[in-house]
Amino acid sequence: MFELCGVELRGPVLNGSGTYDAIAARRVFGDELLERFPFDCFVSKTITLAPRQGNPPPRLWETPAGLINSIGLPNKGLEGFLAEDLPKLAELPVPLCVSVMGFDHEELKKLVSEAAAREEVSLIELNFSCPNVETGLIMGADPTETAAAVTVLRPLTDKPLIVKLTPNATEPDAVARAAEEAGADAVSLINTLKGMALHPQTNEPWLGGTTGGVSGPAVRAIALQQVHSVAKAVRIPAIGMGGIASGRDAADFLSAGATAIAVGTESFRDPAAGARISTELKTLSRKVREFSSGAVR
Amino acid sequence: MTLAPFGRRLAPLAENRRIGAYQLLVVEDRDGPGDPQPGQFYMLASEERWGAGEGERPYLPRAFSFARAREGRLWFLLEDIGPGTHRLAELEPGEGLWLTGPLGIGFEASADQPILVGGGIGTAPLLCLQDQLGPDAPVLLGFRSAEHAQAAELFAGEPQIATDDGSIGRHALVTELLNEELDRRSAVGGRRSRVYACGPPPMLEAVRALCGEREVAAELALESGMACGFGACFGCVVPTKDGYIRLCVDGPVLQAQDLVPGGVGD
Repeated sequence: MFELCGVELRGPVLNGSGTYDAIAARRVFGDELLERFPFDCFVSKTITLAPRQGNPPPRLWETPAGLINSIGLPNKGLEGFLAEDLPKLAELPVPLCVSVMGFDHEELKKLVSEAAAREEVSLIELNFSCPNVETGLIMGADPTETAAAVTVLRPLTDKPLIVKLTPNATEPDAVARAAEEAGADAVSLINTLKGMALHPQTNEPWLGGTTGGVSGPAVRAIALQQVHSVAKAVRIPAIGMGGIASGRDAADFLSAGATAIAVGTESFRDPAAGARISTELKTLSRKVREFSSGAVR
Repeated sequence: MTLAPFGRRLAPLAENRRIGAYQLLVVEDRDGPGDPQPGQFYMLASEERWGAGEGERPYLPRAFSFARAREGRLWFLLEDIGPGTHRLAELEPGEGLWLTGPLGIGFEASADQPILVGGGIGTAPLLCLQDQLGPDAPVLLGFRSAEHAQAAELFAGEPQIATDDGSIGRHALVTELLNEELDRRSAVGGRRSRVYACGPPPMLEAVRALCGEREVAAELALESGMACGFGACFGCVVPTKDGYIRLCVDGPVLQAQDLVPGGVGD
């Protein structure tokens, strides 16, 4: 077993928030999804207080070894999520982390206290970093803003609070330290990098939301550097993600200082990628152990 | 709908044949279900060199409706128009394909009298639908030219053909053929008609508008850029009367009456 902020997990592989809809996947793959569930902890799509339709299409653009998305956080809102989705997510064979985003402190307080009150919820991730929504960027890009929000939320629950960091901040290290000092239990990074694409014929922005977030192997080197830097800056666990597509990539993030890792865009290419990456990571760790034990003798 | 085995699986290409302007890929899918529902689709990527083409693309798998499922083999019809379709089109028999599926919700079974309407590469899912419904249902197909219209040879019986350039069949849009077919039907009377259509967005929009006007039920197989195909990325939404829905899990076949004007394209 493996432990993340006091929550027992069968391993260190999570999904990035907003990159896997376990309820839709169960409709597509049936109960085989539960039998071979690809993650050790399931992170929900970000929930906001009010329901959201999300951005107008087109929402996707393929880049070299990556993807730009402009989804805009569509979700049922807190009430719809708790009533309809949470009971279904509770049937998953792994602990649940709920991701929330509020547009002010009052919204955040309501989201965190109501999510934390549900026993199905083991961890809460605070999405201060989604680049598609203006306010998300502002809160997560500034250490003072981050500290203020975490300070308000910390007394509301004993459950672990994870602050999702945006790579679009001037100093992610400073934001991570501010989160830690205000009482966050972990940080997770990176979220997508801000990007855009132009329509090949009109040269107008391609995405319905004008700009979007870049993910996939295209951002892996940047993510690895940020994880390396943030993990040195704080004592709390860092959950590392950004273009992880293999056990080798996952091992790199762990070597860079991450306590756990998350798989995002690679799941789009293979719904079972999380399980493959776990297996590859275990094989690699065994090889490393065998090598080190040999080296001692 | 038929459930998909979890994850992607490797399947060898059995055949890659040129049919006019299109490419027919036949894939040996021994590990997949033998009974996908017409209108369902698969995510496809090549095992090798997926991501080493022009501009270092393709990266994501590509969504294709299956054209036929027969004796453990899946047929896919595609047109080489971008980095993904280009890589798939050049594959040789024996090379590996990553396959996820069948995905999505296909055409509904119904007691109504069917009319199949296809445009271009969108004729693909109508082939397996014809296999299911039998050769008596009228098939109306629209293509750019005679070269593209060679795909009509895959159908049983004699499909009616319209082309944009008049090089074969009627020099008309396929919706004109549909309008005439509906006229014939209403003159004769009898069972209710149901239109099953797949094609480019302007054609589907015209079919939607025509069937709405004539109060004929229509099921439209839509297309949208997809990253995942199983509801994970929320990228493939289309507007409906109930707001945006994900085409991959709530479609790709939608009831025309649920769509908003212009919602399938223009």
